[in-house]
Amino acid sequence: MSERIIQADLRSARKPFRFKSDWGWAYLLIAPTIIGLLILNIYPFFETIILSLQKSQGLGPVKFVGLKNYQKLLSDKQIWQSTVNTLYYMLLTVPVGVFLALILAVLLNTKIRGRDVYRAIYFLPMVAAPAAVAMVWKWIFNAEAGILNQFLVLFGVGRINWLSDPNTALLSCAIIGIWSAVGYDLVLILAGLQSIPTSYYEASEIDGANAVQRFFHVTVPLISPTLFFVVMMRMMNSVKQFDTIYLLIKSNNPAYKKGVTLMVLFYREAFEKFNKGYASAIVLFSFVIIMVFTALQFIAEKKMVHYE
Amino acid sequence: MTAVAAKHKYTYRSRAKFWVHLVLMIGSILMIFPFIWTILTSFKTQGEAIMIPPIFFPSHWNFDSYKEVLRTLPFDALYLNTLVLIFWRVICASVFSSMAGYAFAKLDFPLKKPLFFIILTQLMLPGQVFIIPQYLMLSSLNQLNTIFALVFPGLVSAFGTFFLRQFYMSLPNDLAEAAKLDGCNVMQTFVWVMAPLTKTAVMALAVFTALFAYSDMMWPLIVNMNIDKMTLAAGISSLQGQHSTNYPVMMAGSALAMIPMLAIYLIFQKQFIEGIALTGTKA
Repeated sequence: MSERIIQADLRSARKPFRFKSDWGWAYLLIAPTIIGLLILNIYPFFETIILSLQKSQGLGPVKFVGLKNYQKLLSDKQIWQSTVNTLYYMLLTVPVGVFLALILAVLLNTKIRGRDVYRAIYFLPMVAAPAAVAMVWKWIFNAEAGILNQFLVLFGVGRINWLSDPNTALLSCAIIGIWSAVGYDLVLILAGLQSIPTSYYEASEIDGANAVQRFFHVTVPLISPTLFFVVMMRMMNSVKQFDTIYLLIKSNNPAYKKGVTLMVLFYREAFEKFNKGYASAIVLFSFVIIMVFTALQFIAEKKMVHYE
Repeated sequence: MTAVAAKHKYTYRSRAKFWVHLVLMIGSILMIFPFIWTILTSFKTQGEAIMIPPIFFPSHWNFDSYKEVLRTLPFDALYLNTLVLIFWRVICASVFSSMAGYAFAKLDFPLKKPLFFIILTQLMLPGQVFIIPQYLMLSSLNQLNTIFALVFPGLVSAFGTFFLRQFYMSLPNDLAEAAKLDGCNVMQTFVWVMAPLTKTAVMALAVFTALFAYSDMMWPLIVNMNIDKMTLAAGISSLQGQHSTNYPVMMAGSALAMIPMLAIYLIFQKQFIEGIALTGTKA
């Protein structure tokens, strides 16, 4: 969600068509959503902040401890390792995933036969439950009998302990993440590409631009708002990623320390150790990370994104 | 253009097309292979599955793993719970978001901006920030392990409201004015004139909501410990513990969890993809 769009909307919404003195209707129409959001989101947000200032472990008494949870957090080695892991996962998935989606979308945006079939195939993982997807890939990545290692052995490459080697566990999860999301990004980028008028390409072709030049000077600038949206969504989602890593990097996995991300730590603290205060501090810490990246994105947007 | 140049251009084009197809096909195989491997493994015996070197097809199609997984997990309950969850989430998101989206786009009322700010705030915050308090609320209401608990965080949708508001704003005001002149009040104008025009957008929101309700694993895992009250996504995650080395059984479970949604997708493929494209471009 781009702030720019939101601001533009607020401006254009200033002069709506009005039924004067029909405020009652308007309030009735927004009541369920607003009340729902207040109860389900706004109040919980503040409650999480308050919880993060308390010590509440299991069924024990709740005690106000000020910033103790945050002190613990800042001196917790696993938190920092997990922050690195989270950022590493982001770095592994976002650039490669979005780049692949862009390339595939550009290829599909030509007058190619079977475009809808390809698009449907690449989108397939989106309709598979991540829990099922995780199990399927766990089997593919299996060190002894997994098909990937069997394939690698065939080519003389040794076996790799994909999911239990600290060096490859997160990489394996990133591969699953890219495989799962590339179709979704592809659909969004393709929709953006299709909204570029063909006259732009014709004009640049007449001016003598080749395919590569057209890609960088016509396609990329015109697609940049969509790319910006996709990159931002992927970055947020990579910080929020939970399912795959939770299911594949369990606490008895040798790769646990170098694989577990902040969201998994949050879940374990909150719902396995019932350490709600500390868990709240962790989730707010992840929120700050998301905010930092969102801010960086908006700075980058001003410089790089081209709006008509 | 001479005939030679034309021919040259023709072969150049078709050669380029060949490479494009080749790349797209290799990609497609990588996308489909995990699904095929799931199905093939689910029909193998444990011995066949872990054979080195691997065999591609099972020696015969045996359903033992399916029988086993159906014994282990109450799939009828899991399907039903998932279906009910999707149903309520979609209904709530469509109805409430349409109402609020219309009001924010086309009506004027005091405190409109601060109220809209609440929606934007929710959109900026990651969902996990709300989870512990939401869980505590359900727990104090004694509503854990219920279908209501599953639906709870999705009773209203900030994203849906924002998305449909965008859509309503693109509709001309003349329509609402004409309806008003014909004697419709706000509600009648909304229900009979404006809402029917947003059918594509509501369908898109429904697809979006359904997909994410179906995929979500964390929330069902938190609020519903009881296997009879779990969704597919959360339910099959428990297979890992019980059958952690029996891959044919795990693959049979995965297949059973994936097949219904895949079937719906293959039938309504166009609506799915266009819906998702719409939610991305409008928001």
